[in-house]
Amino acid sequence: MFDYNFHWRPVLKTLPDLIQAGLTTLEVASLSMLIGIVLGLCLALMRMNMTGPLKWFAVSWIELARNTPALFQLFFFGFGLGAIGINLTPYTIILTGLSFNCAGYLAENFRGGFQAVPDTQLKAARCLGMNAWQAYTRIVIPQVFRVVYHPITNQMVWAVLMSSLGMLIGFRELSGETQFFASRTFRIFEYFAVTAVLYYIIVKIVLAASRLLAMRLFRY
Amino acid sequence: MIQVRGLHKHFGDLHVLKGIDLDVNKGEVLSVIGSSGSGKSTLLYCLNSLEQIQKGSVHVDGIDVHAKQTDVNKLRQKLGMVFQQWNSFPHLTVLENVALAPRIVSGKSKEEAYAMAEKQLKHVGLGDKLKNYPSSLSGGQQQRLAIARALAMEPEYMLFDEATSALDPEKVGEVLDTMRLLAEEGMTMICVTHEMGFAKEVSDRVAYFHEGIMEEIGPPEQIFQAPQSEHTRKFLANVL
Repeated sequence: MFDYNFHWRPVLKTLPDLIQAGLTTLEVASLSMLIGIVLGLCLALMRMNMTGPLKWFAVSWIELARNTPALFQLFFFGFGLGAIGINLTPYTIILTGLSFNCAGYLAENFRGGFQAVPDTQLKAARCLGMNAWQAYTRIVIPQVFRVVYHPITNQMVWAVLMSSLGMLIGFRELSGETQFFASRTFRIFEYFAVTAVLYYIIVKIVLAASRLLAMRLFRY
Repeated sequence: MIQVRGLHKHFGDLHVLKGIDLDVNKGEVLSVIGSSGSGKSTLLYCLNSLEQIQKGSVHVDGIDVHAKQTDVNKLRQKLGMVFQQWNSFPHLTVLENVALAPRIVSGKSKEEAYAMAEKQLKHVGLGDKLKNYPSSLSGGQQQRLAIARALAMEPEYMLFDEATSALDPEKVGEVLDTMRLLAEEGMTMICVTHEMGFAKEVSDRVAYFHEGIMEEIGPPEQIFQAPQSEHTRKFLANVL
């Protein structure tokens, strides 16, 4: 009734390649998070403080990123742009797609964060003669970051896992690499089982790093 | 010197200040009293341009506060402000709370800013709390921190917006003592307050506000013992 024979040897032999691909996953997820944080912060500020085209640009971005499948967003940057002659490399497609998606989600986190910091903090800062830039960067945004810190960590985990969609556009991150070896050796179950463990380890490392960083950053 | 002329302030349909004329001289302590919603706090916000005005003018040492070409960030360095909710910056230590603005606004070096901050914190009796975060301070201590923070900018005027209203009763005294100390040192102060004892003892003049109008202004003896206006009499009868 169960005559499947496990063959782990091919998987173990290519483990260094898988780990290398895992680092690519971590790299693309981290980069897209960094870009997403900067863009998300801008989108949140545009949505809250602007009127007219800039506000609608921000709202449309956020709505599209949050309410359409991430896969479709990747396909848009891959095949969609490809159709009109803009050909991006798989790495750029996944980086652009993930950044676009993360920025949308993070923008809403930031918006909540800004609302959680009392506006009297801004007033107090301005009363000391700080200009708007100083008051935001020194007083408001550091407090916003504390509020949104755990949601940002969640988003980072989500970015690591979502980068596996790269496999569908031919990007050799962890899942793409796994797919490549699995189809060459037909050890599909073994490969994806090991890869699942690798994802689990990557996420655990991300969470541990986040906790350590929080202990350093938030002493108050 | 602060000169307010024909000042009108609206919030939408609400006419909050209805033509205020007021002079505050250097070295003077003015207490502003009156019931809630009479426009006392709004007056303070108009003095340092936290609120825009609809009519009239405010001049601080000859500078038109609401003129387009006025650099409000520079102007606000002359006018220290302390709020009812003390608004300490929770992510900075007590020392950093006070040293930040001298460093990034006045452009002092780190050493100078920290030395100034330490001096002001000792001044208000928080010399032993430099490394603490505000969350570990009591309300009264946080309010004194706010005063030290304003003083570190070496302002020429201090504006107090109901600085003791949000405090536990037993903490009110320590903040009033600090304000008294400043007054004795010759700081020019405008204090919006519900502390009639403070207004009576410390101020040179007391102004009574009623529904956006400055009903009466004069030395504390006049306001508290021989008020000229019927509204002032009624208000004092209620609070004293």
